[in-house]
Amino acid sequence: MYNITEPFSLDKAQKEAVLLKKLKELTGFHYKNCENYRHIIDRLGIKITDIKTVEDIPFIPVRLFKEYDLYSIKKEEIFKTMTSSGTSGQAVSKIYLDRATAANQQKTLVKIVSDFTGASRMPMLIIDSPSVIKNREMFSARGAGILGFSIFGADRTYALDENMNINLPEIEAFLDRHKGKKILLFGFTFMIWQYFYKELKNINAQLNLENGILIHGGGWKKLINEAVSKEDFKKCLNEVCGLKNIHDYYGMVEQTGCIYMECEYGHLHASAYSDIITRKSHDFSVCSTGEKGLIQVVSQLPESYPGHSLLTEDEGVILGEDDCPCGRKGKYFEIKGRIKNAEIRGCSDTYERR
Amino acid sequence: MNNLEKYTKVFTETFEIPEEEVQSLKYQDIKAWDSVGHMGLVAKLEEAFDIMMETDDIIDLSSFEKGKEILAKYDVEIK
Repeated sequence: MYNITEPFSLDKAQKEAVLLKKLKELTGFHYKNCENYRHIIDRLGIKITDIKTVEDIPFIPVRLFKEYDLYSIKKEEIFKTMTSSGTSGQAVSKIYLDRATAANQQKTLVKIVSDFTGASRMPMLIIDSPSVIKNREMFSARGAGILGFSIFGADRTYALDENMNINLPEIEAFLDRHKGKKILLFGFTFMIWQYFYKELKNINAQLNLENGILIHGGGWKKLINEAVSKEDFKKCLNEVCGLKNIHDYYGMVEQTGCIYMECEYGHLHASAYSDIITRKSHDFSVCSTGEKGLIQVVSQLPESYPGHSLLTEDEGVILGEDDCPCGRKGKYFEIKGRIKNAEIRGCSDTYERR
Repeated sequence: MNNLEKYTKVFTETFEIPEEEVQSLKYQDIKAWDSVGHMGLVAKLEEAFDIMMETDDIIDLSSFEKGKEILAKYDVEIK
């Protein structure tokens, strides 16, 4: 396997060495094999031989995957296309995977998540509708997330029906089958809030999920309108079904596999296989620890498409490195939200003109 | 039914293909054995042999042949 490293075992210096080598290779590989990527790098005036640190690795705006078909393999080697779950009318990212990249994504996800859940699989309750994975040709980010996490689960059961209504008899039967066992719950933050939490509260259902570990992701954007904070989310779920063990994660379809899991101290953690860098939006210089900036993500995984170094549209703050009280090495951070549309256009325009 | 018959039946039923095509079958060879089909296959194998596979083994289960090796780890001899 390409990465035998434990996900949170490398300190700053060790990680920099491993990442730099791999990211330089990937930059060279995509430069050679993806014409559009080569044009971008040439226009930026970057020479791969000049790259001395991970921060020197050129980054491209994540929305380029919405505008162009970017891949570095032969067309016939594409075996899965993943798309972002954009709201209707919006362009979606298209990510082209070959077998090797898809396999590495799954392996990496297993390594990272196992560090939080333990290696053994658990009965799994998916807080979503089974219709999400109906279209097997084109995976939405939601479908891909569910499928990726399914590997941790046994007796996978969907908590919502085809119409996103809560399926209480199904959930109760599931809990009956697995009394006293540790249970894995997975879903998307907004869906959990809207279709699970609110409904449970509404119908005053008595579910006992004390033994559950909930992993959720997908972002807080939609919950901001409802003024739900991270703390509210945890507190409310605890009240309605006794859940205590709740982990958010940060990740994106453009870098599937390398997710950033929230530890028991509420910090999102970068694993050994990827990293985050925060940058100032006016000149893209690197922010210091504690300073809010645009998030750049780098990952060792993308081999079939040039997505190993991306500037996201999210803002965040790096809180520290190698010294989280949970004991995991690497950077830890929090997300501060998403930049507004106008700003996105603004900064990527600037970026392309550089 | 011996284990090989049981094992073969899981494949033919999950992917709805005849027995002759099963022997040389690999992951992604046919539409039905994609990542969704894969999780279905795992669930059926686990049920048929009353085992719980480890995540690494689920990933490594890349062909009909490979699956026999993997099941051996769980003391299921496919013969």
